[in-house]
Amino acid sequence: MEENILIIHPRDNVAVALRTIEAGEQALAQGMKGFPASEDIPASHKIALRNIAEEEEIIKYGETVAVSIRPIKKGEWVHTHNLESKRWKR
Amino acid sequence: MMELTGYQRKDGKFGIRNHVLVLPTVSCVNGVVNRIGREVPEAVCATHPHGCGRGGPRDVEILFRILTGMIHHPNVGGVVLVGLGCEVSNTKRLLPLIVDSGKPIEIFNVQEDGGSLATAGKGAAAARRILSEINSQPRVAFPWDQLLVAMECGGSDALSGVTANVALGAVSDRLVEKGATVIFGENTEMIGTAHVLARRAKDAQVAKQIEEMVGRAERITHEVMGDLAGLVISPGNMDGGMSTIAEKSMGCIVKGGSTTINQVVDYGEIPAEHGLILQDGPGYDGDSMAGLAASGAQLMFFSTGRGTPVGFPALPVIKVASNTRIYQAMKEDMDVNAGSLVEGRPLNQLQAEMIDLMIRVINGEKTKAEVNGMEVLTFMTVHPPF
Repeated sequence: MEENILIIHPRDNVAVALRTIEAGEQALAQGMKGFPASEDIPASHKIALRNIAEEEEIIKYGETVAVSIRPIKKGEWVHTHNLESKRWKR
Repeated sequence: MMELTGYQRKDGKFGIRNHVLVLPTVSCVNGVVNRIGREVPEAVCATHPHGCGRGGPRDVEILFRILTGMIHHPNVGGVVLVGLGCEVSNTKRLLPLIVDSGKPIEIFNVQEDGGSLATAGKGAAAARRILSEINSQPRVAFPWDQLLVAMECGGSDALSGVTANVALGAVSDRLVEKGATVIFGENTEMIGTAHVLARRAKDAQVAKQIEEMVGRAERITHEVMGDLAGLVISPGNMDGGMSTIAEKSMGCIVKGGSTTINQVVDYGEIPAEHGLILQDGPGYDGDSMAGLAASGAQLMFFSTGRGTPVGFPALPVIKVASNTRIYQAMKEDMDVNAGSLVEGRPLNQLQAEMIDLMIRVINGEKTKAEVNGMEVLTFMTVHPPF
């Protein structure tokens, strides 16, 4: 099967969907075992690579880019509905 | 790996091109410069919209820094400077700043040289004279520590920070490892990541300068845009999958790679250090490019996702597409397809291709923007005209 997510940095707890991934479809990155997406992940959006606790940092590029506002399960879509910015709250 | 060759300048720098630059001191004489360009197509004509009407010290400082930076630029072998006479950046005020350039410079003023048509004729003759004078200068080998490469992004899309800028970052790291200098700016696109950049600073002083630069960019954005400041991360960015300003900015600063930040320079200032340099310049790509060029970058990598064809006078710009669709759609404008990363191409392979292309460009191969003549010169101003 073809890789459909990209992990930018080894420390990251989210990956980028390289195309739209449908709920139930396997998410697959280079050098990693596939796992099912639990909901639709739009192209270039983020998918959780592991379970993320409430108020845990979202790591992309090996750096904190946001904080979760509720528990996020591996395979879930990670976006503005379940995280917040540490600054410039919209 | 092939050696780097270029044209040695009197100040010890090396140019990777040997252009005759035709530069107006002020927009009033752009038409004269355009006429010279039609008569002498080998000359690089750098018309621009400035030169007068802005009297504040910061705008005057920037104006003189950019114009002298263009004249001193290592890729420029000789200059035809076309002035009007009554402008802020008139040739009499510019002359003391360029007299030590060590390259042939001929100066004309429309108000003293018989009007626009006569000046265009004199300027064209001068451009031909300088061309024949510098055409015989040979290329010589130069070391990596004489190379300054700029990293820029513009017309970004959701993949820019995932593919193209990651590729630029890999190239940046390799260049620094080879002893070259890499510079990038766009302070508004660092908002939210000051702590990440400051952590990589050479020392406490550079860390403080980074914090101040990004803090200032954030404050000005709020002052100017008010409640709309949040639009620095736009609804379109969010539709594209970016959730926060820090995430968007990470996708921008990743183009500088991961090495130590050795210096923060002002807009258009020439770096004194090697390795990775930050420029306190604006996010707008056109204005940013001028600052990076005036800092002496001989070459630029420019990532784009929506697709911009823009180049820069006398400065080869290597265009890196973030996705295969725009690479195909604008094939005549794009030099590299970083969208191939999405199709499973290893990053180190793409990095090697980009370094290889860069060396060929340094040694004379033209970039798409050079072939197409897409040069644009525009630069930053901070106050309204009077």
